[in-house]
Amino acid sequence: MHELAVSESILKIALENAEKAHASSIKSINLEIGQLASLVDESINFYWDIISEGTIAQGAVLTINRISVEMRCFDCGKVFIPDGESFECPDCSSIRVQVIRGDEMRVESIDVE
Amino acid sequence: MTSRIEVTEKILSSNDELALINRKYLDDANVFGVNIMASPGAGKTTFIIKTLESLGGRLKFGVIEGDLASSIDSDKAKAAGIPAVQINTGGECHLDAVMLDGAIKSLDLSMLDLLIVENVGNLVCPINFKIGTHMNILVASIPEGDDKPYKYPGAYRGVEVLIISKIDLLPYVPFNMEYFKKGVEVLNPGLITFVLSAKTGEGMNLWADWLVDKVNAWRERN
Repeated sequence: MHELAVSESILKIALENAEKAHASSIKSINLEIGQLASLVDESINFYWDIISEGTIAQGAVLTINRISVEMRCFDCGKVFIPDGESFECPDCSSIRVQVIRGDEMRVESIDVE
Repeated sequence: MTSRIEVTEKILSSNDELALINRKYLDDANVFGVNIMASPGAGKTTFIIKTLESLGGRLKFGVIEGDLASSIDSDKAKAAGIPAVQINTGGECHLDAVMLDGAIKSLDLSMLDLLIVENVGNLVCPINFKIGTHMNILVASIPEGDDKPYKYPGAYRGVEVLIISKIDLLPYVPFNMEYFKKGVEVLNPGLITFVLSAKTGEGMNLWADWLVDKVNAWRERN
């Protein structure tokens, strides 16, 4: 639901970095977004087309690398990818677990000309 | 020729930076900031007004009310004698640091110990946008159902305190407290939780006493 604000922030970061490099156009923007980040790719792309119009990022492709969730068990230290809805540790069944990957919302790099 | 520029920047970094400035502003005024989140209709405003009663003058607080439209919530707070500022987001589903920056400046912080920010009713978006407060609270009301931690994990993971509210409705709606709490425990082990009803007052004193201790301890350390 907040993809407009997210798209605007992506545009701002991309334009700032392109300007620093004296680029004339931005071809693609490479994003890392965790599965837990509550963002919908289609929605980001929808807003992107509207807000990038008339900027050097117009027409740039958003490449979204989805990071899957990884957790660590506080009790036995096991690192695991949760299976479906349950976040239980598969080894010791503890529910004292911590998310170590899957929250990301980052601009990793931009490809410019 | 195409070339790659490495960026590695959080998408919401400019919001996060402004949130830190808001935090500093509150720190300098020695005012503890609380961000209250919940779904629409969870009873955030009533909970805040009843908190005032339960505090019985032990803390001086002001509120910032976030809604898409209207001043209904800030009017209610003002009618209860609480200094209040309304933010209308005009469609945005969350408050962000820019909106809070404008609103805190219209409150006289020198008169306050505590600032309560009532975020837009929404279990998804507000959690991603830091605003600069010191503590996040989620209000989960009984009629919303016991499956909410399973459906909206992000909201339960990103908070320091959980208020389970409207417990006076437990006899009337299906709600399995054990199932609910198990879902919460998985997402946020050991989360500080208060079980209460703002309507009947049950549990309100325990919450208010805890809040007084929390705010006073913070203000002494700050």
